[in-house]
Amino acid sequence: MDEAVKRNAPSREFLEKIFRTAYRIRVFETEGIKLYRQGLIRGYFHPYLGQEGIATGVCAALREGDYIASTHRGHGHCIAWGADVKRMVAELLQKETGYCRGYGGSMHIADIGKGNLGANGIVGAGTPLGVGAALAAQIRGSDAVTVTFTTDGASNNGTFLESLNLAAIWNLNFILVIENNQYAVSTPIEEATRDADLYKRGLSIGVESHQVDGNDPLAVYHLTREAVETCRAGKGPVLIEAKTFRHMGHHVNDPGKYMPEERLAYYKARDPIDRARAALVEMSGVDKADIDAIEAEIAAEFAEAVDFAKESREVTAAEFRQFVAAY
Amino acid sequence: MREIMYREALREAIDEEMQRNSDVFIIGEGIAERGGSYKVTEGLLAKYGARRVRDTPIAEAGMIGVGVGAAIAGARPIVEILYVDFAMLGMDMIVNQAAKFRLMTGGDGRVPFVMRTQGGAGGGVAAQHSQSLEALFYHIPGLKVVMPSAPADAKGLLKYALRQDDPVMFLEHKHLYMTKGPVPEGEHIVEFGKADIKRPGRDVTIIAWSNMVPRALEAAAALAEEGIEAEVVDPRTLVPLDTETILASVARTNRVVIVQEAVRRGGVASDIASIIQEEAFYELDAPIEIVAGLNIPIPFNLELEKASVPQKDDVIRAARRALHIQPTAIAAK
Ligand SMILES: Cc1ncc(C[n+]2csc(CCOP(=O)(O)OP(=O)(O)O)c2C)c(N)n1
Ligand SMILES: [Mg+2]
Repeated sequence: MDEAVKRNAPSREFLEKIFRTAYRIRVFETEGIKLYRQGLIRGYFHPYLGQEGIATGVCAALREGDYIASTHRGHGHCIAWGADVKRMVAELLQKETGYCRGYGGSMHIADIGKGNLGANGIVGAGTPLGVGAALAAQIRGSDAVTVTFTTDGASNNGTFLESLNLAAIWNLNFILVIENNQYAVSTPIEEATRDADLYKRGLSIGVESHQVDGNDPLAVYHLTREAVETCRAGKGPVLIEAKTFRHMGHHVNDPGKYMPEERLAYYKARDPIDRARAALVEMSGVDKADIDAIEAEIAAEFAEAVDFAKESREVTAAEFRQFVAAY
Repeated sequence: MREIMYREALREAIDEEMQRNSDVFIIGEGIAERGGSYKVTEGLLAKYGARRVRDTPIAEAGMIGVGVGAAIAGARPIVEILYVDFAMLGMDMIVNQAAKFRLMTGGDGRVPFVMRTQGGAGGGVAAQHSQSLEALFYHIPGLKVVMPSAPADAKGLLKYALRQDDPVMFLEHKHLYMTKGPVPEGEHIVEFGKADIKRPGRDVTIIAWSNMVPRALEAAAALAEEGIEAEVVDPRTLVPLDTETILASVARTNRVVIVQEAVRRGGVASDIASIIQEEAFYELDAPIEIVAGLNIPIPFNLELEKASVPQKDDVIRAARRALHIQPTAIAAK
């Protein structure tokens, strides 16, 4: 057990880590959108703005050797898992130094070596894949835990039930985190299901299930930490529904006009970055100058990543043809 | 050499590989205690325990997906799907996940996933349990497609499948499980992409795979009585395809018949024909003959079922056409 991280007396170090992670995601998305608008990034870019508290809280409760599987809105998970921002930006700029040599892009960033099974362009696909990683761990006699981040939209996909049920009958070390941002593109969750409290779906198949405020990184952390302990005690899987809301449309080019203003205002008033910052300030006496320094450092890190990506080269068609030969 | 059944050869491969590598495991419907519908996995539960030999609920998309996820995480799963028809429920996991993962990750991610399943007509099990769907998988870059016709190949190819790192569609045939043949004991590996000449001959090349190989061999035996020496080439794996062996045979015989049980439209036979005409057009003395299933779902009625897939006589007639032998000339002989 990590003694430094006691439930009610989080250390400054821990709170700073939480804030740094959440803020790093915020900067990545905010600045990334600018690069997109400059035409430096092509394709789909699904911002994680507003949802940073979930990836931040969840990943802080995991340890090396664990696995995560992500979604199409995956930058935040990747960063929270400790990815190198340089290689992430390089991937979005389709460079050879990117995580996937520019073959994958935003929706497929993965880091297998470090246990990030990847973002996914198919809504819902991460759930069976994550259960598979949990199964692999069990077969190998490892107590590694796998977290799949999934979505309200994916909870209506058949594999949600199929794979969570497999995890249940096999008692796998698997945590399914539903990021219920209440919309699937323009379709509100209330239109997609009769009962928008999605954690209940786990209960119906005998899976320990919880609901949490996804905009509260520390609440997410504590709940995930308990879920991890439940899993490592052989009592998994666990389902966590984290309620949240996007700060903008579905992707960069979606104005999101369908998002009700009051609800957006409600969630913006509960911004996960503000809460992580406030926790750091209030609980450990960090002052404004310290915060400014951290924020400046993270902004500089991103700027450096952009330089790195811009200076990197692309894979040539001739090199690519060699890769193709294996197919 | 001792002779064992195709299903025993498959079991031997799984058994040996499970023994050799603790990352190999198998999941499927009724494969543990019951030993599987085709008795391929009989005895494995007792030997390797419930951790590595598991029954699943009826959840094809889920179990294929879980297998793919386990493979991505570095294990070596075998997922047994009762009928290839049921694999359709898991197509997203096969096509969008397993097949694409390596490219999407810039080459770092590997998916040592083996889906074992069986197809083919002939059991009176009608349209949803009789298809030959190799062309669907053949069409998807990133998948290996394996279709053994003989027990020794079944063993050697499955052992190889469990040692390489790409997703493998291991397509067995329901009519082959009980067929017998010589199979080497212990270490016997058949690499992918190596065709096997099942019968040598100088007059015409018959290319066939899976259950069409025994049918082609019967046809070749009948043709031999007419003085026609057919060479039967079994690619054994459709992806990768051993074009070298195929083209060398064509260069010897100058005539080609391709036999597939699957429907003709959009089939692998058409693609092999296109490769041959592209690479060996000037070797050919006759148009390439394709003998294939009708473009139709398989009907239940026995005679209609037979009419829907290639029979021995269809192969014989095609070989004669390739040799420009008129039906009347044969009748007169
Ligand atoms: C299987 C599948 N169907 C449809 C889509 C197109 N699509 C991409 S994201 C999306 C909405 C997803 O909503 P949700 O699952 O709630 O995730 P969110 O975008 O809210 O994070 C859709 C329909 C897809 N990528 N995959
Ligand atoms: Mg949503």
